[in-house]
Amino acid sequence: MKITGAEIFLESLKREGVKTLFALPGGVVLKIFDVLHQQKDINVILTRHEQGAGHMAEGYAKATGKAGVALVTSGPGMTNVITALTDAYMDSVPLVCFSGQVTTALIGNDAFQEADNVGLSRPCTKYNFLVKDVNDLAVTIKEAFYIATTGRPGPVLVDIPKDVSMNKADFKYPGSVSIRGYNPTYEGNKWQIKQAAEAIAKARKPVLYVGGGVIFSGATEELIELAELTQIPVDMTLMALGGFPGDHPLSMGMMGMHGTYWANMAVHYSDLVIAVGARFDDRVTGKVSEFCPYAKVIHIDIDPTSIRKNVHVDIPIVGDCKRVLQELIRVLKASANGDLTSLRKPWMDQIAEWKRAHPLAYEQDPQGAIKPQHLIQRLYDLTKDRDPIVSTDVGQHQMWTAQFFKLAKPRRWLTSGGLGTMGFGFPAALGAQAAFPDKLVLCVAGDGSVQMNAQELATAVVHKLPVKVFVINNRFHGMVRQWQDLFYEGRYASSFLDVYPDFVKLAEAYGAVGLRPSKVSDIDDTIREALAVNQPVVVDVPVDQYENCYPMIPAGGCNHEMILADPPELKKKQTADARVATQDGDTVLTA
Amino acid sequence: MEHIISVLVENKFGALSRVAGLFSGRGFNIESLSVAPTIDPSVSLMTVVTSGDDRIIEQIVKQLNKLIDVIKVVDLNDSEFVARETALIKVQTRAEDRAEALRITDIFRGNVIDSTATTYTIEVTGDAKKIDAILNLLQPLGIKELARTGRVAIAREPIRPVVAQPKRVART
Repeated sequence: MKITGAEIFLESLKREGVKTLFALPGGVVLKIFDVLHQQKDINVILTRHEQGAGHMAEGYAKATGKAGVALVTSGPGMTNVITALTDAYMDSVPLVCFSGQVTTALIGNDAFQEADNVGLSRPCTKYNFLVKDVNDLAVTIKEAFYIATTGRPGPVLVDIPKDVSMNKADFKYPGSVSIRGYNPTYEGNKWQIKQAAEAIAKARKPVLYVGGGVIFSGATEELIELAELTQIPVDMTLMALGGFPGDHPLSMGMMGMHGTYWANMAVHYSDLVIAVGARFDDRVTGKVSEFCPYAKVIHIDIDPTSIRKNVHVDIPIVGDCKRVLQELIRVLKASANGDLTSLRKPWMDQIAEWKRAHPLAYEQDPQGAIKPQHLIQRLYDLTKDRDPIVSTDVGQHQMWTAQFFKLAKPRRWLTSGGLGTMGFGFPAALGAQAAFPDKLVLCVAGDGSVQMNAQELATAVVHKLPVKVFVINNRFHGMVRQWQDLFYEGRYASSFLDVYPDFVKLAEAYGAVGLRPSKVSDIDDTIREALAVNQPVVVDVPVDQYENCYPMIPAGGCNHEMILADPPELKKKQTADARVATQDGDTVLTA
Repeated sequence: MEHIISVLVENKFGALSRVAGLFSGRGFNIESLSVAPTIDPSVSLMTVVTSGDDRIIEQIVKQLNKLIDVIKVVDLNDSEFVARETALIKVQTRAEDRAEALRITDIFRGNVIDSTATTYTIEVTGDAKKIDAILNLLQPLGIKELARTGRVAIAREPIRPVVAQPKRVART
């Protein structure tokens, strides 16, 4: 029996196990929405902006490990979702995005709401398809999910013209696909793994440098086993947080531009760096020519292009992190390696000393302005027993959350790393909440970034997604202001946000709950109050406006040359030269 | 250093722009690019002439391999190869130059494939140096138009040592 393209779309998604679809309709996809409206297997979440739909699908994918799915219309629907696709491409998030397209006969005619969707998305997707014939639709969807979720995951776009969704064809969903130009390598080269094991046994100052690949391949167990077996301390990238327990004695926390002092010192002075599912991003390496100058480098990654892209690698191993680590552990166990704990003791002592010298610290005056770090520390203390999922936007609050929220498990951390997309956090949290309705989902946002997708408050309320949003409100684009403090002599060009919405009223306007602690002693009660409500909550936290995020490696600087606190001359700029207009009496701004 | 990279790709729309987009998006050089279907009509062969140091060439090969429409990538510089390019050259010929034009064509084993009262169109095939050389000689006559194919290349078969014929054994 022949069914329409729209019905084939629905049946194919069901075969792929899709439960939730983040979508926003438009003219050319109405047939598909009409079919979706008459079924109950897939929960359609109507977003208020296509970018929101894309980030929600990303949040869903990061939290579940399955492909996130979004559906948008042609033209502006497509251009709006581009940011989310690019974000997913940078952070290797499995995503299948369906876009509507004008009728095949009109393609190329500059028709109403027409855009070259495959052309637009080519540089920001792992692969993309334009379906020209309804008979190809099912197999294309199968291939899209296969490509998105295998190898190094990534976003795939399927562009469906209006007539393809309306034409009829026989439906037969393929059981498997094979693409001759796409054969990811999963098993690592045995000889290389043996070389790696020998290097590990010999190293005196080794460091594990782990990235998001550990989470995508589900290698947490193997990573813990390897670290404990070989007594190697673990540096995590921003993307890897939760991939190794943050409270584990071998965890050094986050490395990189705002990483911990000891994590960066350790990688700089190590004699062996074992990179697992990481790509030597410039925010991690700092000045790349002086990254880990004394170390031999082992690099395990499923993407061959990541290896030797930025740094020289001595032992490259292409493969799936989980399988390579399993084999590596097997080889290490089979060989007699002596007492590694005593071999590594001087190194562990050195790291402990670095940690003692410059711990992550802040000073909270009980009578003074709320320090953002204190809010995040309290949020961590009060929620860690509930194993929350935490999302962030991009900026100072993101780095503070990465530093102070010690995630214990993988797939609890939703953040935009590679692209650094402000506006990512809130919709991503909604996507995760849609996947896990009973879990506690927190979103730590900045007052600047949360406004970039604040319209999704409506989605949260309508679909009953009780995300708890904490707006770290310093009335600045804080990270921009911090760079202006440090590198532009405190001239705050376009970083002061001046008029801002009252976030409590904004939440209430959408039918959500708004809360605001006014002093340090209110924080715990406000957090408890937010957690007690089974509704979306926005907590507006006015914080110390001039708090800067440290340690910091200036862009292009070396990893062992960190700025650890505001330089003394900087304080002067803040008090004497800051020129920002006061808007109302209760906000204290230095002039 | 210049490298010639042979790329087998799926013969479908978008494949060429994926390869071209990769080069422009990542800032790699393309000196020439030629594409045509192979004996298997579902597959096309691209010959890309590019340049860069070893690290860049390694990235180019890896990035090409990563493209889903790409089936096989061979850096021809890893072995012996032969490369050829064809040029069609339209030369302005006054009566007194026509013999000279023919002579030059002859020296380079070219052919005149079209002729008018005032022009010859010359076809010549060879390596890039040979094409440059004939252009150099024809320049004084006046080149009206030039179309070059860009290089195509193919690996040479490894030369096997000649094995001595086994001695014939007398039949019994």
